[in-house]
Amino acid sequence: MFRPRVIPVLLLKNQGLVKSVKFKKFRYIGDPINAVKVFNDLRVDELVFLDISANRENRSIPLDFISRVGDEANMPFSVGGGIRSIKEIQQIISAGAEKVILNTSAAENPLFVKQASDEFGSSTIAVSIDVKKNIFGKEFTYIYSGKNITKYEPVSFVKLMEEMGAGEIIINSIEHDGMMQGYNISLIRRVSEAVRIPVVALGGAGNNNDLRNAVKEGIASAVAAGSLFVYHGPRRAVLINYPENGVLDLLFK
Amino acid sequence: MHQKTVIVNYGMGNLNSVYRIVNDIKGDAVVSSNPEDILGATKIILPGVGHFGKAVANLEKLNIWDTLNVAVLEKKIPILGICLGMQLMVSHSEEGDAKGFNWFDANIVKFKVRDHLQFKVPQMGWNNLIIENESPLFNGIPGDALYFFIHSYHIKCNNKEDILAKTEYDYFFTSAIHKNNIFGTQFHPEKSHDSGKKLLCNFLNL
Repeated sequence: MFRPRVIPVLLLKNQGLVKSVKFKKFRYIGDPINAVKVFNDLRVDELVFLDISANRENRSIPLDFISRVGDEANMPFSVGGGIRSIKEIQQIISAGAEKVILNTSAAENPLFVKQASDEFGSSTIAVSIDVKKNIFGKEFTYIYSGKNITKYEPVSFVKLMEEMGAGEIIINSIEHDGMMQGYNISLIRRVSEAVRIPVVALGGAGNNNDLRNAVKEGIASAVAAGSLFVYHGPRRAVLINYPENGVLDLLFK
Repeated sequence: MHQKTVIVNYGMGNLNSVYRIVNDIKGDAVVSSNPEDILGATKIILPGVGHFGKAVANLEKLNIWDTLNVAVLEKKIPILGICLGMQLMVSHSEEGDAKGFNWFDANIVKFKVRDHLQFKVPQMGWNNLIIENESPLFNGIPGDALYFFIHSYHIKCNNKEDILAKTEYDYFFTSAIHKNNIFGTQFHPEKSHDSGKKLLCNFLNL
């Protein structure tokens, strides 16, 4: 039976691992390669790395970092952050990543998603979408790590991305990020119902039951989380953790 | 020449993880598109991610299409195809309407799921196998082991005896095949933790 993936999302800033709350208040978590080793031992399904300072620094996620992750990881991993060219994707895949994640470049130039999926196949190209309400309470897609609003309302944007050949959507709610009080189930469900490609829920998971809800209520194909897998306890002590496989099998039954 | 496990490089996807695991198990992996290496291999692994039609074109362009036919059909070198590498072993694929190696009487078709909400395409995630025909490939692996899948197309075999295992995603499709010295898996053993590594180990020790 198909078992939805459970994916730790790791944020990189200045080569270190950080965790945010609502895309702000970054807290240093530790060394990313060390985290990969621990997640390897914990037999995680997949890992996502997002370099959140890449775009602003006008570069993409460093290749030597991807190679080092590739040397350690016995599971699929995908990377995002500042990716804007076919050549960069080529280099990232060669360095060992399974998939690339596009965000700002996908909204600024949707045809880039088409070029990329034509070149590398849909299953290599994921698009992550950061959603927030504007001052009138209407949801929009944001880019540049949540700093700039776009003209796209999330459901129409995921449809456009599917049309352009994206193989997967990661849907993140900026207001839920780091809160650990549950996903934005309504948003996830609307997005999931709008497309026929896999949708990964992100933003807000605080416990295993939240993961289950995203799949059962939100119809997510996979669930991702940051805080849940790097923090432990009410005081949020840094401790890399992940549910055991038997637990996950039961969770989604 | 010292004999090696050859991982065929034909410009389709990342070979790093296969290389690393094979080297871990056997210590003799080489990534190559050189016909001499392929014909002298003890074992061949044909990986691959991407478009079927493009893969066929690349294999022809690199002049390794005929080489692989000789290595597999005449020299009977054991070969394992992974994902797209397995799909290439059939007669025909819907993806790019292209011809494959024709080592199996089978074709590649797009997932035809009925429930588009629960079963998104590509299938991306972990799934188990239901063994149809026993094989040394599965020696020592728990029956409920999960493997990593990422694909929009799957194989349809015309000969039941070629089917090693099936997997359910809205419906049952063939997820592992075998005939003589030729093996193929739709899933990625190199990305499937301990069970996948054991499967690769079983193949390399055949």
